[in-house]
Amino acid sequence: MLHAEGVVKRFGRLEVLKGVSLEVKPREVVCVIGPSGSGKTTFIRCINHLEKIDAGRIEVNGHLIGYRERNGKLVEDTERNIARQRAEIGMVFQRFNLFPHKTALENVIEAPTHVRGVTKDQAARQGKALLERVGLADKFDTYPGKLSGGQQQRVAIARALAMNPALMLFDEPTSALDPEVIGEVLDVMKSLAIDMGTTMIVVTHEMGFAREAADRMVMMDDGRIIEEAPPAQFFDSPREERTKQFLSKIL
Amino acid sequence: MLAAVDWHILWQRIFHPDHVFVLALWRTIYISVCAQALGVLLGLIGALMRMSRFFPLRLLSGAYVLIFRGTPLIVQIFFVYFGANLLFGFTLIPRTVDFGLFQMDGAAFAGIVALGLNEGAYMREIIRAGIDAVDRGQMEAAKSLGMPYPMAMRRIVLPQATRFIIPPLGNEFNSMMKNSSLIFFIGVTELFGDAEIRYSTSFKPVEYFLAVAFWYLVLTTVWSLIQAQIERKLAVSERGDELSFRERVAAAWLPAAMRIRGTP
Repeated sequence: MLHAEGVVKRFGRLEVLKGVSLEVKPREVVCVIGPSGSGKTTFIRCINHLEKIDAGRIEVNGHLIGYRERNGKLVEDTERNIARQRAEIGMVFQRFNLFPHKTALENVIEAPTHVRGVTKDQAARQGKALLERVGLADKFDTYPGKLSGGQQQRVAIARALAMNPALMLFDEPTSALDPEVIGEVLDVMKSLAIDMGTTMIVVTHEMGFAREAADRMVMMDDGRIIEEAPPAQFFDSPREERTKQFLSKIL
Repeated sequence: MLAAVDWHILWQRIFHPDHVFVLALWRTIYISVCAQALGVLLGLIGALMRMSRFFPLRLLSGAYVLIFRGTPLIVQIFFVYFGANLLFGFTLIPRTVDFGLFQMDGAAFAGIVALGLNEGAYMREIIRAGIDAVDRGQMEAAKSLGMPYPMAMRRIVLPQATRFIIPPLGNEFNSMMKNSSLIFFIGVTELFGDAEIRYSTSFKPVEYFLAVAFWYLVLTTVWSLIQAQIERKLAVSERGDELSFRERVAAAWLPAAMRIRGTP
């Protein structure tokens, strides 16, 4: 599903990713943790090419993301091709990024109707089903400004799912939420992971969610992946000293 | 001093405008509206070019703003109408411009083009600032859903930028109405031109210029009422009432439009 190999990303002189490699299989749920500045958010932003990469390669479903191979060298792909690749990858942002000038349902059907060319009726039917699935059956016509953070993030999840993505990326989806609404978002994510079998990469510090839903934990530090393990092993007997320190701080 | 003013003329000009005057007033209005529309269009194109990844487009946009913001409007008006003829010996804008459905005075057309070109340079900055004011996450969210850049710009970013663009746009239009008086210079008898012609035959500058100042004041006052109305409606919409963007813009215009037409 995802094949990332030696991904390097620099912002000016600062090297944020120093060669990150990760394999994710279909239906697998991977949780990425690590201290701030470790490059975890940058890494998942590279997966749908919101950030260019300086070295390495990223493939989703066997397709090289953001670049084309020409004479053995990688050159950036066209806007249209990159857009087509991004349509297969859903992303949920820390700050929701709902379109404030559109209702919840309009947010959800925007991409299916305009990117995929699905008819408005059909998109609305699917959109309503998705909003019902995330528990917002009574909010179809509500604007984001009138929704709580938790509700907004659930709309954002429905919006990403509306494109039937092969892979879902979550960038700290609960970090900007009030504590009392974090649970409702995590419940939706759990049901995606466990009931629907969605392939997910989740950057999160919600260890309860990770333990329950993740197939694998990935620890990042200083632009590198330093440890990968199934949750039980990862939490109960981490191998790396750095991981132990980090876990002792957040648990 | 005041005894020198012929109050009768002033009174006539304000309360009993003749049809020549009404035609001049109409010219000022339609020339300002057309030039402003052209300016918004050029400003939008310029703003998008300014953000392009392609360097020559950015350069062109920069040069455009440099020239049209950096030279006097009256010089620009002169060169748009007479420049091609005087420099290269061919007529760019004829005496009468034929649009098929209707004809237009060449000087008025040149005036619209010159005012629009000048306005575009200012609008480019306003529109660019408006686009910059939209949260970057909006473009990222649109892209992450598979929208190509032009679609994301048109459907997601620009509608939100409108909110930031409309208040300064209103001020620009206020200036436009007054600046349009400069095209009297190329022979368009608009509001100011009408006053100028009458003063030159009657040698009563004070009366005619006071009267014309009054009429510009009427135009700008009416416009500021409309503008206040629009801004109030847009501010309400920011608080998140349950109206679509299009409905809100319509609602913002409707009461003002009805007031002009005189219907309750």
